[in-house]
Amino acid sequence: MSERDDTTMRRRDLLALVGTAAGGAAMYRAMSSLGLAAESTYTGPIRLDGDAKGASVLILGAGLAGMVAAYELRKAGYRVQVLEYNNRAGGRCWSLRGGDTYTELGGATQRCEFDSGLYFNPGPWRIPYHHHGVLDYCRQFNVALEPFIQVNYNAWLHSQRAFDGKPQRYRQVQADFNGHVAELLAKATSQRKLDAAVTLEDQEILLTALRNWGALDENYAYKTNLVASRRRGYDKDPGGGLAGPPIPSKPLALSDLLRSRMWQSLIVGSNYQFQTTLFQPVGGMDMIARAFTRQVSDLIRFNAKVTAIRQDAGGVTVVYEDTGDPGKPLRATADWCLCTIPLPILSQIEINVGASMQNAIDAVPYAPAVKIGLQFKRRFWEQDDGIYGGISYTDLPIRMIGYPCTGYGDTGKAVLLGAYEIFGTYAYEFTSLSPAERVAKAVEDGSSIHPQYGREFENGISVAWHRNPSVLGCEGNWTDEMRKQHYENLCAIDGRILLAGEHASYWGGWQEGAILSSLDAIGRLHRRVLAG
Amino acid sequence: MCRRTTVALTLAASLVGMPSALAQSADLRFGNPTRFMPQSGEALYAAVCQGCHMPAGVGAVGAGAYPALTNNPRLAVAGHALAMVVKGRKGMPPLGSLLNDQQVAAVVNYVRTHFGNDFRDEVTATDAQALR
Repeated sequence: MSERDDTTMRRRDLLALVGTAAGGAAMYRAMSSLGLAAESTYTGPIRLDGDAKGASVLILGAGLAGMVAAYELRKAGYRVQVLEYNNRAGGRCWSLRGGDTYTELGGATQRCEFDSGLYFNPGPWRIPYHHHGVLDYCRQFNVALEPFIQVNYNAWLHSQRAFDGKPQRYRQVQADFNGHVAELLAKATSQRKLDAAVTLEDQEILLTALRNWGALDENYAYKTNLVASRRRGYDKDPGGGLAGPPIPSKPLALSDLLRSRMWQSLIVGSNYQFQTTLFQPVGGMDMIARAFTRQVSDLIRFNAKVTAIRQDAGGVTVVYEDTGDPGKPLRATADWCLCTIPLPILSQIEINVGASMQNAIDAVPYAPAVKIGLQFKRRFWEQDDGIYGGISYTDLPIRMIGYPCTGYGDTGKAVLLGAYEIFGTYAYEFTSLSPAERVAKAVEDGSSIHPQYGREFENGISVAWHRNPSVLGCEGNWTDEMRKQHYENLCAIDGRILLAGEHASYWGGWQEGAILSSLDAIGRLHRRVLAG
Repeated sequence: MCRRTTVALTLAASLVGMPSALAQSADLRFGNPTRFMPQSGEALYAAVCQGCHMPAGVGAVGAGAYPALTNNPRLAVAGHALAMVVKGRKGMPPLGSLLNDQQVAAVVNYVRTHFGNDFRDEVTATDAQALR
């Protein structure tokens, strides 16, 4: 889920160094250890061949990891039961619609007031084209997908302290940043400052490439002309007849651009996990949860709060209680237990696993992440600003505005993502507000980018993941150091217990991580069972 | 690190010079994306801690729980509270990188002397620094 780029940059620098010093093979090994080289390891539907001999598996948690396991293990002949804390399946694969209520920790209950057909995804909201596991289950279960727009060249980039606080079009910031940098590089090349790094023959090609990449003129200058305007847009667009001739627009100054820090937002869509094409399920992310639920709902016991997980040579016993009838311990038993309970919760549950797995369970903090959905009377972002889907970025606490990637041109009401911050201070500070204050803050911040907010806003709903009763956070926030110390211990089978979920994957915070971790876990479990 | 400290000190100094009503109304929440800007223990508790431990320190219970800080005997050991704030453990995220040493000490001292707690052995910024 992360859009944080500081670690990515550091890793890239490191990898560049490794590559230079030791060659490609060493770099590949380094990349593997950082978890970057492998794309989704999904290679098609899992095959659990061989006789499970009626072995039983108790699955804790009916999110995607738990439901994938339930579906596949039953197919392979296992006896399966699932315990789920919530009164619904899906976990963080979740959408809120008009009429839904959500009670967060602390007791505040929000009633979603969205109009019919409108929704907001408080958890995951996009599916990269290379998340083959998610995509293949969508195909198997007929979940309809549509494009999710990550990069919108006409969306806004906004910085409180740049350009007098006026938002700038993504298209213009990108064209001008690239154009100025290309011009500088062309100058350095022409002044023979790159002779040590680039052969003369290649320098000629480089100059041509820079001109092409940066929209430079024949003198390798980036400036107000029709060449640059083909990238950044025009003061007056090309037209027809006598109104045909376009008027070029004037680039932003390099110094202003650099100081605006808006370039930080330009690379998001270039990161592997955000590259075109991305998808979203038609009608809300929870269409995936619903599709899985249709397959395995008969296996799920809802409203079950797990209080202890005990194993011995004979099997696993899980103690739980019905959330509607607390204080009365109930028991479920099986030969094996696949536990997908998020770590902040699992770390508080009595479980007799070895010290290495327990330390891993206790070590991983969860990101705070806050998302806020806002309903407006009309799609002013489309009608007034020409923004169809995609994301505007700001340095305000809301960090971004995500426009609906569906229903374009609809003249009725619509819901957008009014705030999304995952890791930083603002996520904690939003969490500490009441739900009503969060929405008010999102509307206040958003008004700096869209002055229409004040007139058009109707209602909103927020999910601060640290206050989510069934997760206590958004996603496992691993560091490289933590992974080195704990990751293998977290994923290893401990007696009759093994763990799965996005936290047991290198796709942290992504549904693909939950699915791949679950498939990896049940594959290993199955081999263990067959080995008897 | 030095630059951050300077910013914090400058800010604190400017607040001292303000008329008191204005200083009180200045909400330093949402002041910086990578550092918490409130300085007093009370303001930090309101901006950060109450997100999970709740406004009156009563904690919360769901599938897991956030411990209540009210009358909490675990707070008797100052080093425990300091370590939880700086390094985190289980459901508690590490906040050390988002707070300076003064802030860590301020919020630990605040929690240990409020919500029915009365532990008067104050911790200092030096104690916080020793944990990093």
